[in-house]
Amino acid sequence: MKSLLVMPIVLPLAAAALCYLAWPWRRVQRLVGLLGAIGLFAAGWALLAVVWTKGIQSVQIGGWPAPYGITLVADLLSALMVALTGSMGLAVMVFSLFSMDPGRESHGYYPLFHILLMGVSGAFLTGDIFNLYVWFEVLLIASFVLMSLGGERAQIEGGLKYVTLNLVSSALFLAAVGILYGEAGTLNMADLAVTLRGSGQTGLVDTLAMLFLVAFGIKAAIFPLFFWLPASYHTPPPAVSAIFAGLLTKVGVYALIRVFTMLFVGDTGYTHAWILWAAGLTMVVGILGAVVQEDVRRLLSFNIVSHIGYMIMGLGLFSPLGLAGSITYIVHHIIVITNLFLISGLILRLRGSYRLAGLGGLYAARPLLAFLFMIPALSLAGIPPLSGFFPKLALVKAGLEGGQYWLVAAALAVGLLTLYSVIKIWNEAFWKADPGTREGPLHEQTDAGTSGAPANRPLWGWFAPIGVLALVTVAIGLAAEPVFEVAARAAEQLLHPEGYIQAVLGGGT
Amino acid sequence: MEILLAFLIGGLYAAGFYLVLGRSIGKLIVGLVLLGQAANLLIFTAGGLTRAHPPIVPEGALEAQPPFADPIPQALILTAIVIGFGVLAFALVLVDRTFQRVGTYDTDDMTSTDA
Amino acid sequence: MRSLILAATARFLLPILFMFSIFLLVRGHHLPGGGFVGGLVAAAAFVLYGIAHGVEEARALLRVNTISLLGVGLLLALASGLLPLAGGEAFMTGLWFQHPVPVLGKLGTPVIFDTGVYLVVLGATLTVLFNLVED
Repeated sequence: MKSLLVMPIVLPLAAAALCYLAWPWRRVQRLVGLLGAIGLFAAGWALLAVVWTKGIQSVQIGGWPAPYGITLVADLLSALMVALTGSMGLAVMVFSLFSMDPGRESHGYYPLFHILLMGVSGAFLTGDIFNLYVWFEVLLIASFVLMSLGGERAQIEGGLKYVTLNLVSSALFLAAVGILYGEAGTLNMADLAVTLRGSGQTGLVDTLAMLFLVAFGIKAAIFPLFFWLPASYHTPPPAVSAIFAGLLTKVGVYALIRVFTMLFVGDTGYTHAWILWAAGLTMVVGILGAVVQEDVRRLLSFNIVSHIGYMIMGLGLFSPLGLAGSITYIVHHIIVITNLFLISGLILRLRGSYRLAGLGGLYAARPLLAFLFMIPALSLAGIPPLSGFFPKLALVKAGLEGGQYWLVAAALAVGLLTLYSVIKIWNEAFWKADPGTREGPLHEQTDAGTSGAPANRPLWGWFAPIGVLALVTVAIGLAAEPVFEVAARAAEQLLHPEGYIQAVLGGGT
Repeated sequence: MEILLAFLIGGLYAAGFYLVLGRSIGKLIVGLVLLGQAANLLIFTAGGLTRAHPPIVPEGALEAQPPFADPIPQALILTAIVIGFGVLAFALVLVDRTFQRVGTYDTDDMTSTDA
Repeated sequence: MRSLILAATARFLLPILFMFSIFLLVRGHHLPGGGFVGGLVAAAAFVLYGIAHGVEEARALLRVNTISLLGVGLLLALASGLLPLAGGEAFMTGLWFQHPVPVLGKLGTPVIFDTGVYLVVLGATLTVLFNLVED
């Protein structure tokens, strides 16, 4: 068991190292990249199975006992997130093998991709708050390079904003960790949970909580800290956008959930009220941004922002049902948004543009693609029986139980507007007649990621991951019960961290 | 000493945010570096200032000579400095590329990807 | 602009700096030093040589690709972490040989890890700096 827990970190690192060794040989890198993604996929699901059957797992790195050394912990939420990371990593890796241009491939796309996955898995598994900072930096540096790899003008401009905002967030995170250490004298999250519960200093702890809310809020893209996201996520190649959209903001959401269920629960009337406000405003402002967009990927970017609101709404409600709803929502959203970004890449390949005005006629030309688009699109809007319906139902129910009627009203209205925004893509790209002209509205600066996209690779390789993810979306919708059961148990573990603390501090080796 | 360092940290944060909010991307990088240094100094101060021996166990002894300094803030700062070094290397290359591609250091001319 | 003085000095400084970096690496486990500093000093040696004689010459002197160096370093560090797993210990537990080796001192997995760090730092720093200089 000890070795299984480190595998989600070891396997991507090994894949990245082998890719660097095989630097001049692109084919070897492609093979190693694929094998590494398969390995991470297997390790993630094996870990989830173990945690589900045997309870929370922990390992003390280097054999140093708990509050002093670094602990890796997998509770159900962590294991679930790692399993999803492996799944999205594999899907996007397959898509990359068929869609990435040779220039980016030979400049280190595959090793960077694996370092990104390693950082994400590490952030989900660590039980030490400073180690969480380190994993954040690992995934950030990898994402910085992936964002600007290729060096097109839009990428550079978007990358600069992305880098700046994330570095400011990291500096705030680091400062918060420093003050937290000065106050509590420990960095182990389980130990911190015990210490902070015992301390009566709500004032300073609330200040720290707000500092963490801002630092993680920038990474999770909550209102009013999200502006870097729609300014940058539409600039890199579609595979990179897809993995960013699927995983990176969710690491921020995961960190928020972790610290606001483990550490800062002494004054929920204050801290979690802020989260509820942020949730409501994120949803509304995000979707209002989305409905006016004229570019497929920008529209989807604003949809990410909007739906982050749902994910932290359950955290703000701080009830078992709300948290379970949030976790289910994260599961659903990771799969669906990754798939929509992959589909946008396919649209680019077929039509050479992301601009809605220049698209059209895809339903007539590619009925299968239209069908595959409708599944994640309607799921995003929360249409039953697809995967987005049940978490939204749980959140609405939890909101009503918590007496947050305005927030529930906002959540339902945002659902309608989400439907409007995806129908807009449907009408413009799939349904209306093909305008025929590709020039005109297709302006070079925002259509980054187009140059050198290999047109000779077979289309089935693009369709395969999209189709599989769409199938999973349908499957989660039809079999919502087991998914919700896992989420409910994960929420239970979050609200009663005794098991987590026991696994880390109480003799777990 | 704490008071002095508190003012220094405050000054570094102020200077860092001022530079980050400016329009030149060169100053932007300097500002980010200052923010990182301010955070490091904050950890150093919040971790407790003591006059003590280094936390290294001398040859032949079983424990370090008391009073010894808390090694954790030092380890944290060291890690943060190393990470900052990597990030700075990337940021410098990015600024260089930005100037080559966009032809300006002015962030007001880099609005083509804004929503 | 090539300077004769710098070119002549760099030729002598390179081996000295390189030896010093190895010295830092080896003493680093119990005393100040270590793989990170050692790697930086070695990188500085090659960069100095590159400034004096041109990056092409420095690359030729290094023989191996800087990025492959990085890969080897990562693999070494990873292997040092994985070795204890075979013995049933936790990931990255330090394992030591009982008998010290002359000159090098005690050997163990942390030394392998440090060597890995040395190579990663050397490879990464040289990759960045050589590319910046060549632009």
